[in-house]
Amino acid sequence: MTQSVLQQARAALLEPAGIQEQDLTGVLDQIMSYQVDAADLFFQHSRFESWVLEDGIVKEGSHNIEQGVGVRAISGEKSGFAYSDAIMLPALTAAANAARAIAHAGQQGDLQAWTQRNDRQLYLPRDPAHDFSAQVKIDLLQRIDAKARKLDPRVKQVIASIAATCDTVLIAGSDGTLCGDVRPLVRLNVSVVVEQQGRFEQGSAGGGGRFNLQQFLDGDYADELTGEAVREALLNLEAVAAPAGTMTVVLGPGWPGVLLHEAIGHGLEGDFNRKGSSAFSGLIGQKVASDQCTVVDDGTLPDRRGSLNVDDEGTPTQCTMLIENGILKGYMQDKLNAKLMKTAPTGNGRRESYAHQTLPRMTNTYMLAGNYDPEEIIASVDKGLYAVNFGGGQVDITSGKFVFSASEAYLIENGKVTRPVKGATLIGNGPDVLTRVAMVGNDLALDRGVGTCGKDGQSVPVGVGQPTMKITELTVGGTSA
Amino acid sequence: MSNSSHGQDLIINSDSVELYKQRVARVLEQASAAGATAAEASLSLGKGLSVSVRLGEVETVEHNRDQGLAVTVYIGKRKGSASSTDLSDDAIAETVNAACDIARVTSEDPCNGLADTALLARNPPDLDLYHQWQISVAESIDVAQRCESAALNYDKRIKNSEGASLSSQEGMQVYGNSNGFLQAYPTSRHSVSCSVIAEDGQGMERDYWYSSARCADDLEAIGSIGTTAASRAIGRLNPRRLSTRQAPVVFAAEIASGLFSSYISAISGSSQYRNMSFLLNCLEQAVFPDYINIREEPWIKRGLASAPYDNEGVATQARDIVAAGVAKSYILGSYSACKLGMQTTGNAGGVHNLVVSHGVHTLEKLLTKMGTGLFVTELMGQGINRTTGDYSRGAAGFWVEDGSIQYPVSEITIAGNLKDMFRGIVDVATDVDTRRSILTGSVLIDNMTIAGE
Repeated sequence: MTQSVLQQARAALLEPAGIQEQDLTGVLDQIMSYQVDAADLFFQHSRFESWVLEDGIVKEGSHNIEQGVGVRAISGEKSGFAYSDAIMLPALTAAANAARAIAHAGQQGDLQAWTQRNDRQLYLPRDPAHDFSAQVKIDLLQRIDAKARKLDPRVKQVIASIAATCDTVLIAGSDGTLCGDVRPLVRLNVSVVVEQQGRFEQGSAGGGGRFNLQQFLDGDYADELTGEAVREALLNLEAVAAPAGTMTVVLGPGWPGVLLHEAIGHGLEGDFNRKGSSAFSGLIGQKVASDQCTVVDDGTLPDRRGSLNVDDEGTPTQCTMLIENGILKGYMQDKLNAKLMKTAPTGNGRRESYAHQTLPRMTNTYMLAGNYDPEEIIASVDKGLYAVNFGGGQVDITSGKFVFSASEAYLIENGKVTRPVKGATLIGNGPDVLTRVAMVGNDLALDRGVGTCGKDGQSVPVGVGQPTMKITELTVGGTSA
Repeated sequence: MSNSSHGQDLIINSDSVELYKQRVARVLEQASAAGATAAEASLSLGKGLSVSVRLGEVETVEHNRDQGLAVTVYIGKRKGSASSTDLSDDAIAETVNAACDIARVTSEDPCNGLADTALLARNPPDLDLYHQWQISVAESIDVAQRCESAALNYDKRIKNSEGASLSSQEGMQVYGNSNGFLQAYPTSRHSVSCSVIAEDGQGMERDYWYSSARCADDLEAIGSIGTTAASRAIGRLNPRRLSTRQAPVVFAAEIASGLFSSYISAISGSSQYRNMSFLLNCLEQAVFPDYINIREEPWIKRGLASAPYDNEGVATQARDIVAAGVAKSYILGSYSACKLGMQTTGNAGGVHNLVVSHGVHTLEKLLTKMGTGLFVTELMGQGINRTTGDYSRGAAGFWVEDGSIQYPVSEITIAGNLKDMFRGIVDVATDVDTRRSILTGSVLIDNMTIAGE
């Protein structure tokens, strides 16, 4: 039997510095004696490696170590935060002194005894690149290059990369939280440039999750991604100008769920709703979507990019109902905002690293399957857009306006998918876009594991998903009348 | 938080600079001992304070200290890189070894290597980039509170706030390579920002404003940052949509820099040699109208993007990027320059103050010149294809008729192709936004597609 993740985290983070658990109690005690409500410590060691192929050769690799400890003291709505790149007791004490200085006005919180939790294991707690030699990674990238060039002579450039991270964290809180987590994360990306009669186009595909590199080596995983990138690039050679204006839009399954992330997800994060700055503030219990729409945020899916055993405050992740049959049900919460809103944390407290403050963030956000056959959905549209792949998106929480940019889309004419069109940005209004969902498909799919969400300058890995979905009115930002 | 070997306190004076330089010199020696035939290393250290207040109350107080070492080694023409935030002797040794291990297995690339020694900065100028701000936590809170309260008191429709914040950061960058280059210089950056929410019966709109400078004395008046944020939020209330149409567009100065950063991305060496640019092989071609000039001015005193040398130690110099509308130079580091058979332009790591020429009109006059069209003050999303130049982004701003603002608009997109947009620049106004690495006024473009209702 392997050791628990807490033991692993202790061994990686505390033991090298000679820090004992009673030292953690001591530091928390030192903060709590200063009249604050709560305090926590977040230790992290992160190992990252990447390999990049370009021009047919692996010309670059990098290896990065990031480690440190973040200390937070909370008093009411106030947070004091400090961190140190050095994991050692004097630095920890100094950071604690800096963090606690915010709070004189707080209630005197109590320091709770540690409560041990059963370890959940949504992913294997080990470095995802550990068992693989450099040569294995280089060979994989070269196989991708060869495959892409063999697929079509118009392929002129292939850029492929492998990235692997192992994050080991230990979280200790004044509320008795003491837990560890070892979080693997891998990603494989393929990007190609094709040329036809002087016209250059690009296509790309990526995938990954909280598993080890073996998955990239097994079966057709890498070949599929490569084929996908080449297919998208060749398709772009044929693409005509996208239409401009408001029209019916059918979104394909999987990654187009980025719509939910932007239009709904951010607006349901606890901090914005506590502050009343979200277009969704105060709408719990109200109808914000058509009856066919049920949307959840689920951090418990095994091996997924957005999943976590516990969030960055030590709260176990869960499947949180956001919208049920069209009715707004709940927000995503970290401890601070849950307490201020007098509700329970939902396992959505996340931070980019020890050097960043915790915020309510999404994990894997997706819409549950409906009843329609995807082909039936397409057949129901006389004239519209069928968008199956997207780049990024963005939302203005307060006005509710959101955008997301299609990278692969087609015209729908008389119930049939016809010509491919160039990329275009789609824009809508979060609180009402889902009220215009007319049909939800039975083909729920999650994305391939490429999402990164940015908020307040912090990036965290997330997942999205949805079935095929028909929206009767959405504005498409093309150039063709 | 002071300690002799770990998590050192950042002290910026001539003695400490020597110590940091010695540290980098040791790393280069270690790399050589570990088998590297050439190496370069950069050490960055930073510290700072950020506070935020919301509705008059303190929300966060953050003390940051950052340190990082990045090493790139070459074994012949093979390359490996590694970095660490742990600066203990053991961790540094491990980092150097990790980089060497990688360089033993990567492929040879004839373009890999350090920058040409002849181009390195011999006597880097002092660009006046470091100004400490002796401000306490209490004083910082006071500044943020004054900024926010100016916004909250501006208009009764300012009903909520995302807060005001102050950040004061300072740091030290040390770079050395095994061709004998070893330099360091300190920098600082201070900023104050405010974001508030206007509300009336119809809905909520948020907007923000900020000021950022190397020296606190150069910051905009604190109250004016707040009132600008407030007036911007108020101006957005009750937006309408537009019907789908073609119209001229003015990009406000604060977002117009994005147009030119797309240009920089298109003429950067990596986009050119990878054929991932909508302006392939564009040198000496007319890309903009003949009244547009773009210069790189890396030595502006206190400039936010000023630098005496680039990330490879190559001396920066003022030069024409675009002259009379014609592309005069790419943006190159040593590697991409070699791939293109050219010489580096001292842009490893990016551009250092890009100055876009402007005409004689104020923004107001520019809107008059446009007559009827769209004045865009906010863009959303990433919808730019850098291989084809296709451009499609969410937008918000104002509809203008006969040169005067009629009403705010939102939930629309603007689209076109960057090649046409560059050629279609009619004029640049005098209202230059100095807070960015690209310094430009508002830009009038002759025609774009607006998609809406």
